[in-house]
Amino acid sequence: MHINELIEEAGRQLTICNACRYCEGYCPVFPALEMRRELTKGDVIYMAHLCHDCRACYYACMYSSPHEFELNVPKILSEVRLESYKGWSWPLLFGRSFTDRRVAASMVTGTIALVAILSFIWIGPATIFSRHVGPGSFYRVIPFFAMLVPALVLVLYSAIVSLQGGARFWRETRDAVKKTTGVTSLALMIKDVVSLRWLRGGGPGCYYPKATPSQLRRVYHSFVFYGFLATVVSTSLAAVYQDLLHRLPPYSINSAPVIFGTVGGLAIIAGVCGLVAMKLKSDPDPSLSAMMSADYKFLIILGLTSFSGMLVLALRNTSAMGLLLIIHLGLVAAFFLTAPYGKFVHSIYRSLALLVHHAEQARARTRSEGA
Amino acid sequence: MDPYDVIIIGGGNAALCAALAARRRAGRILVLERSPFHMRGGNTRHTRNIRCAQVSKNSALGEYSESEFLDDLVSVTGKPANMKLANYAIRESQNLPPWMHCHGVAWQAPLAGTLHLGRTNKWFLGGGKALINTYYDTAARMGIEVRYDASVEDLVLENGRFRAVVLRGKEGEEFIAGKAVVVAAGGFEANLEWLKRYWGDAADNFCVRGTPYNDGKLLAVLLKNNAQAIGDPKALHAVAIDARSPKFDGGIVTRLDAIPFGIVVNRLGCRFYDEGENIWPKRYAIWGRLIAEQPGQLAYCIVDSKTIGSFIPPIYKPYESNCLAGLACQLNLDQESFLKTVNDYNLATLGNTTFRPECLDGVGTRALTLPKSNWALPLNRPPFFALPLRPGITFTYMGVTVDETAKVVDCNGRSFVNVYAAGEIMAGNILSKGYLAGFGLTIGSVFGKLAGEEASTHAH
Repeated sequence: MHINELIEEAGRQLTICNACRYCEGYCPVFPALEMRRELTKGDVIYMAHLCHDCRACYYACMYSSPHEFELNVPKILSEVRLESYKGWSWPLLFGRSFTDRRVAASMVTGTIALVAILSFIWIGPATIFSRHVGPGSFYRVIPFFAMLVPALVLVLYSAIVSLQGGARFWRETRDAVKKTTGVTSLALMIKDVVSLRWLRGGGPGCYYPKATPSQLRRVYHSFVFYGFLATVVSTSLAAVYQDLLHRLPPYSINSAPVIFGTVGGLAIIAGVCGLVAMKLKSDPDPSLSAMMSADYKFLIILGLTSFSGMLVLALRNTSAMGLLLIIHLGLVAAFFLTAPYGKFVHSIYRSLALLVHHAEQARARTRSEGA
Repeated sequence: MDPYDVIIIGGGNAALCAALAARRRAGRILVLERSPFHMRGGNTRHTRNIRCAQVSKNSALGEYSESEFLDDLVSVTGKPANMKLANYAIRESQNLPPWMHCHGVAWQAPLAGTLHLGRTNKWFLGGGKALINTYYDTAARMGIEVRYDASVEDLVLENGRFRAVVLRGKEGEEFIAGKAVVVAAGGFEANLEWLKRYWGDAADNFCVRGTPYNDGKLLAVLLKNNAQAIGDPKALHAVAIDARSPKFDGGIVTRLDAIPFGIVVNRLGCRFYDEGENIWPKRYAIWGRLIAEQPGQLAYCIVDSKTIGSFIPPIYKPYESNCLAGLACQLNLDQESFLKTVNDYNLATLGNTTFRPECLDGVGTRALTLPKSNWALPLNRPPFFALPLRPGITFTYMGVTVDETAKVVDCNGRSFVNVYAAGEIMAGNILSKGYLAGFGLTIGSVFGKLAGEEASTHAH
């Protein structure tokens, strides 16, 4: 369906919700809805990104299919979200990877293949398959600058594409919400993000994978989120070790970079396995299969990246290290290249939507106190 | 097969409360829900809060004493048919929140716009369907058997003693024996043929706001078996809903609260009642009945651009026109009479400009035969809007008489040995007209629990 048809259908459903309001206690979507009478495209997009897909409203709804109103708010908002992920990504060809498996697969395999081929050409199999140990052993396989420059370029690229997506969100919802955000709203947004507040739904958790609420999705999501942060910390610490302390990797098992990296990597793997298992069991009715496959793509590449990192750690004193390192770096490159064209972007749009939510609630409170 | 200890007929709040309470004392409990799985829960699906007395002065929400509760009840519904049962319901309502919590129910803050009920009513998270889902989950964990699509056609009774239910299920007719039965199968408001006995063909134009499964089959079975009826058979609770609503199960979203902000005309283009009589919730329930008495059971609420934003946005688009004649044309009203009605009203409200929807603002019509007492602003700012209205029935009042142990009473005043009733089917013992927000669930929960406890004790 075209984005405008999706917006229209979401508007139909949300108008019924706005006359009911029973779900008000579940999440910020419904209080946002109640502040509006007519829903513009910007309103719907804002609410779509505010939705955490906890599905509480779907199971609480007396108007879900087969009722003639056919309400399925989590699903229609997922459709709007997915279309906007796609529409806001740049270049659009890569953006197609949200819904086109071939584009996504080509991007991942292409990146890994490119890294592998260049390594084999420049470094040669003899070096790759030899055993390297001691400080600087990684760099004997791939020289430091050959690692650093492409990594910086990719991270920068990924950040720029993601941020321009964030700017698109801000622009497209401009008419819908007055963006007067303050420090308090920002603090509340950060609190929501770091606690994954709305994966608690109205309290009992997400109705995921099935009709009974539980906190599991929040637990697994925390593993992925904090695991990812731990690997970022690990990488930053490694930079400190190398550039300030002048100690070259690999670092010992009980060093800070390795501890953070290991804990983070294992947490990601556990979280990814948990989330994938839940998704495989999830109720198809409120699920959007295209969104699910975007979820799988993101989780699998993140999980493989962590797994390959763990393998490098485990086998770094063997002759397999060279090949594993190349595969790991290929996966890291693929992760950053595909991040702006995959589920990673939800973190940006959702955070911005929560920021708007807190700003708008604060304004409403000020108004009602003033009145 | 051994008889069940307690068989519960119905699948809404009262039935589930009965099942959960019975399971504490008895082993084998069977719930027979007539609807398919996705429609389970009867009219409980459309509820959103429960009225409970609370005496704890520590509560942040403040006290709601039994006597204040009773005063509220009497002021809205008149003197209860059975004062003892009303007092029992109110007294026991205090124990409901902790009981519900221990059966898995989560709470939330009162919904926006309903703050006036914050002290007297408690909101369960997500509304009635979420409540009923929680109860079914709890029932499953407690080992209570539930059958869906299980339509009870008849009861086997011997000298006032229940033996078995006659079931028409997916596998055909079946007898299921039980030591006691709780009938919690709702009223008969969804049975338009039955309503026609009292309302004639007008009933064809009613919409039923709740479940289509409340056709009163069990009420008829009990009455046929000499149970004593209670309540006016013609009495029903009906509100004004959008005429384009689904015939059944439209629920909360089809109600329109625009009436105080405009005028209401019938198909002949004439007004027929004071639209500004009182604050909306207090007068919410009279409009269903008023419209039921109009030709074609149809009316139109007319507002202009000044007040269109003052009420909850309707789910169906209002008819809209830049002139009143155009609106009359769209609605197929007698144009001359409609324009005269609006002209008369506008002359009687000339110069009225203040408008305070939150209180009785005293801005009324002057020298109009049929006055509008408050919020009477002239209809003079196009575009004009019309919302078509029909009666939407919430519930019927007639039920079966019960004694203080929730046992059904027969026409001779004797209680059946082991037949209990709970919920809408016996609410007529307490409610004979009007409705107090959240009180239906109070009755269902209190008497569901009581019936479950009594029936399971009897079974042992």
